[in-house]
Amino acid sequence: MMESPSRFALTPEKSSEAAIQFSNVCMGFAEGEILCGLSFSAQPQETLVLLGETGSGKTLTLKLAAGLLRPDSGTVEVLGELVSRMSERELLVLRRKFGFVFQEGALFDSLTVGENVAYRLREDHLDEEEIEPRVRQVLEFVELGHTLNQLPSELSGGMRRRVSIARALVDRPPIMLYDSPTAGLDPITSQTIITLILRLRDVYGVTALLATHRLQDGFALANFHFDPATRRVRRNSARERPGAAVTRFLVLRDGRIYFQGSPEEFLAANDSYLQRFLI
Amino acid sequence: MAETPLQVAQPHSNSPEPPSVAEVLLDAAKINILKVQEYSKLSFRSLANLATSPRYMQDVLAQMDDIGVGSLPIVLLSGFFIGAVMVLQTGAQFERFGQSSLTGDVVSIALVRELGPSITGLLVAGRCASGIASELGSMQVTEQVDAMRAMGTDPSRKLVSPRVLATLITLPLLTTISVFVGLVGGMVASVFSLRLDATTFWERAIAILQFSDIMQGFSKTIVFGFILATVGCYQGLNVRGGTQGVGRATTQAVVVSSVLIIIADTFLTKIALFLADKVF
Repeated sequence: MMESPSRFALTPEKSSEAAIQFSNVCMGFAEGEILCGLSFSAQPQETLVLLGETGSGKTLTLKLAAGLLRPDSGTVEVLGELVSRMSERELLVLRRKFGFVFQEGALFDSLTVGENVAYRLREDHLDEEEIEPRVRQVLEFVELGHTLNQLPSELSGGMRRRVSIARALVDRPPIMLYDSPTAGLDPITSQTIITLILRLRDVYGVTALLATHRLQDGFALANFHFDPATRRVRRNSARERPGAAVTRFLVLRDGRIYFQGSPEEFLAANDSYLQRFLI
Repeated sequence: MAETPLQVAQPHSNSPEPPSVAEVLLDAAKINILKVQEYSKLSFRSLANLATSPRYMQDVLAQMDDIGVGSLPIVLLSGFFIGAVMVLQTGAQFERFGQSSLTGDVVSIALVRELGPSITGLLVAGRCASGIASELGSMQVTEQVDAMRAMGTDPSRKLVSPRVLATLITLPLLTTISVFVGLVGGMVASVFSLRLDATTFWERAIAILQFSDIMQGFSKTIVFGFILATVGCYQGLNVRGGTQGVGRATTQAVVVSSVLIIIADTFLTKIALFLADKVF
């Protein structure tokens, strides 16, 4: 099982600057402006949970962070690189340091699960002898080792989402971007996905942006941690709370940041809009 | 009475002015110019990518199999019967003047210069431009193209260039086969319908051909192949509106590539005839 740190693992000591920095970002389409004056930052090894209603710009924020879209104004900086000003050729190189989990998985439907997961490694022209064990290892990590030769269409929605996570982390990127990873899944499968995200965070120390409209996902990340020694998910104790220390909430509303803070501050905020997420 | 949103809303007072006809036409022109610009950029990039690595030669071979081998049955069938029908149509006219032996000459020139490249181009456009557009369109709407970009792969290199190169290689080969089969079809028809000698038909069909005729047909297939592949890729990668958009892109790919092939054929014929006079 992969228990080594991320290949590009960022540590607060190594990097004093934010891993992801949005400064006054605005973005719109023909229908109107979606994001307006968005400014926030995510520190290395931090998990930033983007909350908001459908259409509030969560996915757009993730795509801007990955340089898949360019902002109309403002700047997006990732790992010290000005993503919003880079050429597509430069972005292609930088994106190898990201793992992007799309909402519906976005698996290549003509490739098997193994080929999907191995895609990035084959792009890097690694030897097949090296690719195969890594693919098996990462599929075991998401507990889908038996699906190696199956096509994505033969898997359930939750399994596809887990394969998508496996594909994103096969190259051990230091930054993970999750687009509603639990959307449309049953509670048990959602819990499995969140456990995987916890393991990734606590084993590899990845920096993550997680877009969701489910507050319970955010609290699960804030209140639990994965213990590599016992290989179990444990509730954070009062003394030792590694999860809560690196998880922050960011609520988007009408294209602007409505709330930004810790889970405790979220719960303490006496705000009618935020209360709606708790129902 | 309590104010409800419906009571408060006054659509007549706040509705924006409808755009004038000139504004609508100007917007439409801008959109179409933008499309031409995007298509030109994609087409240029598809060729420029071939000059630098990474090149996806495995994908080129897979596409050659799909476009080339996959199109073989329709090209063989249509080629054979087009050659036969050409003989039946022209042979009847030549018989009136007792010159039915000229049938081989006419069918050969018509197939090599014009019918072979254009019919093969249109058939492959119908089969492959639509296939390319629907495949890439489905990838686009299911975010597979974005996933590819997110993993550091340039979709124009991975998806467009292999399809363009595969079409540029296979369409001339398919046209050659189509012309050959067309001549066989013509020979069969001339033997059974016009009672011509097969050897005479074949000898005349080959002897009449000049280098300029072959070059004319060959250059057309290159251009037609480029058109159908790039139009299919452009339509597929610019799908908007889910599965309905994929269907629309598929239709558009066939219509646009077919029309462009016919238009290009006119200009290429004129240029080829001019060059045949001046150069060859």
